[in-house]
Amino acid sequence: MLSIIPLSLAALVLVAYFGGKNRAVAVVAGRRSTLHSRPLYHGTYVAVWVGIPALLLSLVWLFLQGPVIDILLVRSLPSDLRDGLDGSQLQLLLSEIRSLAKGSVFGNPTAEVIAAAERYKAWQVLAGWALVVSSLAISIAALVITRNHIAKRFYARHRVEQVLDWLMIACSTLAILTTLGIVVSLSIESLRFFDLVSPGEFLFGLNWEPQIPIRKGQVTAGGAFGAIPVYLGTLLIALIAMLVAIPVGLLSAIYLAEYSSKRARAILKPLLEILAGIPTVVYGFFAVLVVAPALRNFGQIVGMDIAPNSALAAGGVMGIMLIPFISSFSDDAISAVPRSLREGAYGLGATKGETIVDILLPAALPGIMGGVLLAVSRAIGETMIVVMAAGIIASLTLNPLEPVTTVTVQIVTLLIGDSEFDNPKTLAAFALGLVLFLATLALNVLALRFTRKYREQYD
Amino acid sequence: MTDISSEISHNWASSNARSRISRRYRRDRWLRNTGVGAIVVAMGLLGILLTSLAFTGYVAFTTTKVKLEVFLDPAKVDRNEPGKASYRNLVREAFLANFPELKKRKNKREAIKILSSGAQYILRDKVMDEPELVGQTISVLLPLSDPFDQLYKGVVPRRINALARNRIASFESLKQRGLISVENGSSYLSLAIVVGPAILKNPKRGPLKKIMRRAFAELFSGETGRVNYKILSRDAVKILQARIRKDVNFAGDKLQVKLPISPIYDALNRTGKAEKLNPRFKSEKVLDLFDALVTRGMIASPFSWELFVNSDSRFPELAGLAGAFSGSLLALLVCFLISFPVGISAAVYLEEFAPKNKFSDFIEVNINNLAAVPSVVFGLLGLAVFIGFLGMPRSVPLVGGLVLALMTLPTIIVSTRAALKSVPPSIREAALGVGASKHEVVLHHVLPLAMPGILTGTIIGLAQALGETAPLLLIGMNAFIPSIENVGLLDPATALPTQIFTWGDSPERGFVSRTSAAILVLIGFLVTMNLLAIYLRQKFETKW
Repeated sequence: MLSIIPLSLAALVLVAYFGGKNRAVAVVAGRRSTLHSRPLYHGTYVAVWVGIPALLLSLVWLFLQGPVIDILLVRSLPSDLRDGLDGSQLQLLLSEIRSLAKGSVFGNPTAEVIAAAERYKAWQVLAGWALVVSSLAISIAALVITRNHIAKRFYARHRVEQVLDWLMIACSTLAILTTLGIVVSLSIESLRFFDLVSPGEFLFGLNWEPQIPIRKGQVTAGGAFGAIPVYLGTLLIALIAMLVAIPVGLLSAIYLAEYSSKRARAILKPLLEILAGIPTVVYGFFAVLVVAPALRNFGQIVGMDIAPNSALAAGGVMGIMLIPFISSFSDDAISAVPRSLREGAYGLGATKGETIVDILLPAALPGIMGGVLLAVSRAIGETMIVVMAAGIIASLTLNPLEPVTTVTVQIVTLLIGDSEFDNPKTLAAFALGLVLFLATLALNVLALRFTRKYREQYD
Repeated sequence: MTDISSEISHNWASSNARSRISRRYRRDRWLRNTGVGAIVVAMGLLGILLTSLAFTGYVAFTTTKVKLEVFLDPAKVDRNEPGKASYRNLVREAFLANFPELKKRKNKREAIKILSSGAQYILRDKVMDEPELVGQTISVLLPLSDPFDQLYKGVVPRRINALARNRIASFESLKQRGLISVENGSSYLSLAIVVGPAILKNPKRGPLKKIMRRAFAELFSGETGRVNYKILSRDAVKILQARIRKDVNFAGDKLQVKLPISPIYDALNRTGKAEKLNPRFKSEKVLDLFDALVTRGMIASPFSWELFVNSDSRFPELAGLAGAFSGSLLALLVCFLISFPVGISAAVYLEEFAPKNKFSDFIEVNINNLAAVPSVVFGLLGLAVFIGFLGMPRSVPLVGGLVLALMTLPTIIVSTRAALKSVPPSIREAALGVGASKHEVVLHHVLPLAMPGILTGTIIGLAQALGETAPLLLIGMNAFIPSIENVGLLDPATALPTQIFTWGDSPERGFVSRTSAAILVLIGFLVTMNLLAIYLRQKFETKW
């Protein structure tokens, strides 16, 4: 039934477009050049007014329909059925009614529930038809009204361009809305989490055991939410990643920017970028398949006990992923140092190596730092490598041979397969997400500062 | 005026200066060489990554199958209702017909494990498609179960090392001390045992065992780690008891005995190898049956179309990527339909129309930041807003596509702006000059000229979205999809990268190669998309 709406709307829009176009031609009796706007704009003007309001109405309606019908349904339930029910029991009753309305019967529903299901079904049908009728009514009304606007001196093009402007502004604000959505949703869930667990414990506690009893009487740990071990693990893995990525990335950038021939650069640079294009889940599998067993075997030979999900394996593979990141940022920064500095150094008799180490690197340092900070932000936000290759249990250690866990691993493990946002376990994921978002945001802003300062210096 | 030039004149030819210069150039060469080294390391890592995936993955592009002659007995299969027959028994009988020597039920049950558990469904589907086959003897290719599939491909060995490295080391240390000897084709350990008179009179096994173990442990007294008692045979204490009983009056209380060692160490001592049957296989007999099938030429490993047309399965030999393809395709479609128009509109506004004010600055800051927000945070956003707040269902491609669209948006906006910027002002001025409005300039001239650049950026953005895993995982797009009958924007789905994650976590050996194969397919898609982007750029981009 609801598929009528897009189809009929599309038909109406087409009718409006061609109707408007023809009408415009007819108004001036075929002398198109006397029209202010070309007939196309008149057609578009009508079509826009026919299409957009009805579309908006349908979207808003569809979002509101469910909650409104739920409220009505609860109101209509006999009071003895809904009295004394708390929120979750009421939800359970509602979902029973809904599934009954869909035709799947579990157990023996009471007469009241069956009646409610019947009402629910009827209201849904009613709401659907009401939507169809009202959206079509709006479209047709718009068609009639705007068609009458068409005249010789009607500025249809200006009107259409205005609408276009508003559409473009709306699209641009989507970026703001997304950021807002992230901040607001993470904050709300985190506040709910901090109702249950004190922020002090979360930020500074040393014990992270989020497994709380889900059923009554289930034996689990009490549920501790001190996230320091998780932060520490994240930092440890990021540090290992940086120890791999910075030397390799920076040195290869130096070679590519200063030493290599043009042809070698044209081949090597895209090859390096391949590393950046490989999805992170592939790196994660690589860590599990190749790197972790190799490290373990190496450890056995030299007599060290390396855990299969050690921080070293996850961090090392993450470092490989970040090599092209560091190298392309450093390459850009080194190449952007003005020729005059380079030639001044050569003129004083410096070797190429001395020019690079003493002149270019200090000059490019802010740009390189910006790249490194962005890479750190990537490293702490990277998910799949650590989910596959790092540990789940939070332990307070800085030993790279032992398993540690990270913020992103915890977010994923806390949320997979769990959809109810009412216990501290799932809410903790949002609090961790907020911390992660703020940390990466700070790093990104800082990195942007560095690069901008660098640009001001030389542009 | 004094001649200062003579004072600071420098003797470039002195050995001191020469060595200084050569040192400076050595340092230059060193920097250059470490640069080359870094490139080599990076390329080597890329090479290891790709070759290791290719080596583990290529075997999954074939499936090992056995050719069976199945008689579709009309008494068992109803031509009008072919779905009702017991294909399990049909397959079983056809398979066991190759081994008339098997009589015991246990042996038959072990033998049938060579076949995949899904074999019956393949036969069923074939008969359902062509009911007229009933009554004939047909020859079908049925997949083998995972262990035998892997065995045929040479991925898993028949026999594996039975002993860990440290256990072998402990045995070797005994051997070096000359405590191990071979008599009558079996190996013995010489052990000095102190036995008290009470036990000598009444040698019970319990206390004897304790004494024996203590004496054995003393051999390793200087070493750390657990004592490897498994070296001693289970019969050792019996032998010791017999020896004491036979020789009650032996002089002194230090008894030098030669005790047998366990069969596995015996084999290690005499052949240098200690192997056992790979625990994936139930018995040597089943392997013999399998070898018989191979020598009869009934086993083959043809190209695995199953990898592409099957959906997910619990059995690695049957699992395929069709469900993941459909889920990824739908999610990418949603992502494209939203991010492409929205991204272009936003970029056009910011580049061509937006006034320079706080608001447009704020938009730009937001876009730059969104590009660097971790993907898992987008997953949290999708979970909280689309699923929690707006009440959309979990695991569906619509939500996945929406989240991916939000992530792709910054990429598209940035590349569109770059493409718009590269259109020279002369085009705009010429169009304005002939009386076009500002919107017409953009719509009729600038945007079409920028389109190749925009498309390139969009394809690259979509390629990134195709490889994104974490946000899809959070919104539950890692559902188990055993068939692609229900495919829609609002049906639970999985995607290519989440399928890789799911398979990568599965314990069966066969999923390792399946995962690598899926990764190769994913990388194939990504390479194709990027090549397409490069082609578009080179073919259509105008150089001004």
